[in-house]
Amino acid sequence: MFIYRSLLLVSVLVLATVSLPDSLHAQENPYFVAYDHYLEEPGNLEIAYFSAFGTQRGGNDFQAHWMEFEYGATAWWTTEFYLDGQSTFGDSTIFTGIRWENRFRPLKREHLINPVLYVEYEHKNGADKILKEGEGHDVEADFLTPNSVARQEMINELEFKLILSSTFKGWNFTQNTLAAKNLGHEPWEFGYALGASRPLALKASAKRCTLCPQNFIAGVEMYGGLGDRYHFGLHDTSHYAAPVLGWNLPSGWTLRISPGFGLNDNSHQFLLRWGVSREISGFGSIVSRLLRSHP
Amino acid sequence: MRIRKASVIIPLLAAFSFRAAFGQENTSASKQKPQAASLYQEISKAPRKARSKRNPLEKDPDAVAAGRTLFAQRCAECHGDNAEGGKKGPSLRVSEIQDAEPGAIFWILTNGVVRKGMPVWSKLPEPQRWQLVSFIKSLGPAPAKTEAAAS
Repeated sequence: MFIYRSLLLVSVLVLATVSLPDSLHAQENPYFVAYDHYLEEPGNLEIAYFSAFGTQRGGNDFQAHWMEFEYGATAWWTTEFYLDGQSTFGDSTIFTGIRWENRFRPLKREHLINPVLYVEYEHKNGADKILKEGEGHDVEADFLTPNSVARQEMINELEFKLILSSTFKGWNFTQNTLAAKNLGHEPWEFGYALGASRPLALKASAKRCTLCPQNFIAGVEMYGGLGDRYHFGLHDTSHYAAPVLGWNLPSGWTLRISPGFGLNDNSHQFLLRWGVSREISGFGSIVSRLLRSHP
Repeated sequence: MRIRKASVIIPLLAAFSFRAAFGQENTSASKQKPQAASLYQEISKAPRKARSKRNPLEKDPDAVAAGRTLFAQRCAECHGDNAEGGKKGPSLRVSEIQDAEPGAIFWILTNGVVRKGMPVWSKLPEPQRWQLVSFIKSLGPAPAKTEAAAS
């Protein structure tokens, strides 16, 4: 059933994006969890569907899925809206919540290390399994609760990240530090993500091509929790390492895949993430025209 | 109580952001001219060290063709198909750009003009930015409008 629903969702996404106007050849990073300092180009909208399969010891494996709508509001501000859901094998498929994320670039120019400030509001339930970040004392055993019970818990959370990213000789290195606050009287929780990636070729070819090495970006990311305000550190936290691969097609589509591996006993042993996205150029102009009043 | 406050503040912030994100765009010609002038001024801010950089792909026979492909994919949306100016970006076929050192154009591609709408393009590897410089410099000044009309 969950495969049918996933296929249906992807089909809707494909139909929606194919029917939209111009696309741009995207140069998207291949990360799933880490962020670099590059924001969406102003006025462009990127629509993406992501999926994460995870193994579960002592319970049923799951498949989480989420949709992203990423919009370049200005050259220094990107805003993003998410819809999250998950299917747990032998249990059910449920909608788990929404997230609204904003990234700001405070500096005007490019530096050796480029900071980006990240602010996110999450309104989700306790059955959320997208594992988009590692934070606090999140561990594999948290996912054993049946969906019908877990979804009763409502979570309103603010999340802040400091993204420090650098590009050198084609390589991107990024480090994200996370602080999250559940507004329901929970302590501040912390986490991290690290990433490194590089295109397979640095020069572009003279002809538009699909399989040219410059269209592929490969790398690795690592992420996990760092405890909370009262118990800061690695004790009772989960950590993952994941090779990542992104394929930027000239048609404006980007495909990403990443097998992830748990690094300790608190982590899911295996995660498989994949995603497909498409960038729509000039989306902001279309909306502005629609909103503009005519005398 | 805190959650209740958040449920009021977050939608207000979202509405404000929506207005800020979609309500500012103004593509009228009268507003674009001063903006173009200030964008051209940015290129004069390139540091001497950046200006003095030579294009390592100057003699690469494929650089212009590769730059043309990159331009169509990344830049034409704003600067127009022929780089003569578009919906959001100014013409690149004016003397301010065509007479600029390749290093200065490379610098502006790398740093963008973030506060004025041009994104940072350092996400493109250095060789691709130089390929773009090669293409932009190969364009030369735009043909005069009268000549274009006559032809």
